Amino acid sequence: MVAVTFTWGEFFQQVVFGLAIGAVYASLALALVLIFRTTHVLNFAQGEMAMFTTFIAWSLITNHGFSFWPAFFVTIGIAFLLGAGVERIVIRRFEGGSHLTMILVTIGLFVIFNGGAAWIWSPEQKDFPSPFSAEPYSVGGVAIARQHVGILVVTLISVTVLWAFFRFTKAGLGMRAAAIGPEPSRLLGVRVPWMYAVGWGLAAALGAISGIMVAPELFLTPTMMQVVLIYAFVAAVLGGIESPVGAVVGGLLLGLGTTLVSRYVDFVSSELELPFAFAILVLVLIVRPAGLFGRVTVRRV
Amino acid sequence: MRIAGRAGGYAALLVAIAVLPLFLGTFRTTQLTYVGAFAIALIGLNILTGHAGQISLGHGAFMALGAYTTAILSVNHGVNDLLTIPLGGIVAGLAGFLFGFPALRLAGVYLALATFGLAIVVPSLAKRFDEFTGGTAGILLDLPTSPIGGLTPERWLYYLTWAIAAVLFLCAILFLRGKTGRALRAIRENELAAVSSGVSLARYKTLAFGVSAFYAGIAGSIYAILSFIVNPGAFPIDLSILLLVGLVIGGVGSMLGVLGGAAFVEFVPLEAGNVPAKVIDALQRVGLPVSDLDPTTAGVPSVVYGIILLLVIALAPQGVAGLARRLGAATRRFYSRLIPTNKPGTPSRREA
Repeated sequence: MVAVTFTWGEFFQQVVFGLAIGAVYASLALALVLIFRTTHVLNFAQGEMAMFTTFIAWSLITNHGFSFWPAFFVTIGIAFLLGAGVERIVIRRFEGGSHLTMILVTIGLFVIFNGGAAWIWSPEQKDFPSPFSAEPYSVGGVAIARQHVGILVVTLISVTVLWAFFRFTKAGLGMRAAAIGPEPSRLLGVRVPWMYAVGWGLAAALGAISGIMVAPELFLTPTMMQVVLIYAFVAAVLGGIESPVGAVVGGLLLGLGTTLVSRYVDFVSSELELPFAFAILVLVLIVRPAGLFGRVTVRRV
Repeated sequence: MRIAGRAGGYAALLVAIAVLPLFLGTFRTTQLTYVGAFAIALIGLNILTGHAGQISLGHGAFMALGAYTTAILSVNHGVNDLLTIPLGGIVAGLAGFLFGFPALRLAGVYLALATFGLAIVVPSLAKRFDEFTGGTAGILLDLPTSPIGGLTPERWLYYLTWAIAAVLFLCAILFLRGKTGRALRAIRENELAAVSSGVSLARYKTLAFGVSAFYAGIAGSIYAILSFIVNPGAFPIDLSILLLVGLVIGGVGSMLGVLGGAAFVEFVPLEAGNVPAKVIDALQRVGLPVSDLDPTTAGVPSVVYGIILLLVIALAPQGVAGLARRLGAATRRFYSRLIPTNKPGTPSRREA
């Protein structure tokens, strides 16, 4: 079953690539976890929102003369407003609805963002520029793509910034409080509804980062993020759907795992990578529904 | 009285379905045949989601199983394609039954996730095992022919599909009344209470998944015969989503709402593109400068039906069937006020 040629150099390249793609899964998974923790909604539209904002970045770069990094930061700002707006305008109306209702609402958003992107920018695939030069790093004679290292670094920085926001700022404290106990937080002066909106905004911003980072690898199309979303779901479940650390670790592990398996196990070709991840999802859900980092909730009868 | 009225309503509906193709061309007839196939899938989804309360975002995958069963058996093994219809149902039903076991451990959002994954995985499996499935290109079936002289193939398939739909509709009603239906609805309302009252979750959830997938498989087989090609592209995640959306718009839990839902699944993605054209036209006539977005381009149907979906969930959570029921109740109230001999207040309450 093991492939014929094996070199440590190539293995190292695969590991870096796996971690880079895993970082993309991790940031989208973190976005899912953020929303699930604050509003208990599993956002099926997360990937499509990320794709939509990636199109905005593409449009800023190709049509409005922005260079990459200004476009990157402007897009993150737009994504934040978009996410917060979606929460205030749409999600709020259905607050407290059943699981089926909330899933259908995010499915509705999924369809709208997907169709909207195809409508505005056409469904043809587009090249997305990479901010990193094509010249690889050379580490001990092994060529490592700058692009992959760049994805990893950018994602880890954004995750760290997010962590610092939650840990060290008053708004972050308010958000954590609103997620744990909305009612006491409200009594203590936290503006809980706004915290929900901020949560959705931050999630959309994270999604935008994952979209912009993965777009040079995948080509930009309206369906670009659907597969990434599945991996992000798997990563989030793997880490326990309520755990931010779990989502990041889960994403990195999943990226590494799928990359190495599809490279070194012959039977699992690139078409089987997704079913493989799906099998992990079902397995985790059955064997350890709380994930690797989640707390087990006891249901008393 | 009520039962007689209902039977009369069904009879009228059957007659309407029977005579409709006499007034339609081949294109419209085929479209209505697709509506019949989607109706079968939605009856199945309604058993699972409407009655047992289990979400499925993966019924397109079960349809794909039925379709591939029909394609592989009829093309590679020369089985009569009519015989493959029940076989497609059985294959999908078995898969659904087996999927019911992991689904036992999953509730709410997790189940939605697992079924969503299923819908994404099945097309990629079809691409991977291309020695059976023809890969991305798929399998080409023979053109449908009519076994009855004087009946065009389109009409033959129309009557065949709707006859199957009618029989399966009746089966679903029989399946859902009595003990089984009560057990399923008990699970929907409160799983813990259902278990405490002696309902076996393992038995009824897997049963609901199996039966529901059986219906989807039958629908998939018919779909394959109708479109005489089966490939992974015919069963994207969008199809699974559309089925669930159709169910919600028809009215979750309502057996007749399924017809409205099926019509939605067939027509809205095709016709929705025309709606913004009219809206933009109207806005322009008023003098608003909206013209940049060309309404005929891709994506527009999705935007329209996404918005319809949100509006339905917000304004008419019981779907079309719920609206009809409310309208019926309002009319009855209106008439009972006109005829004062009726005891006021009592008659219309039972309908709710």
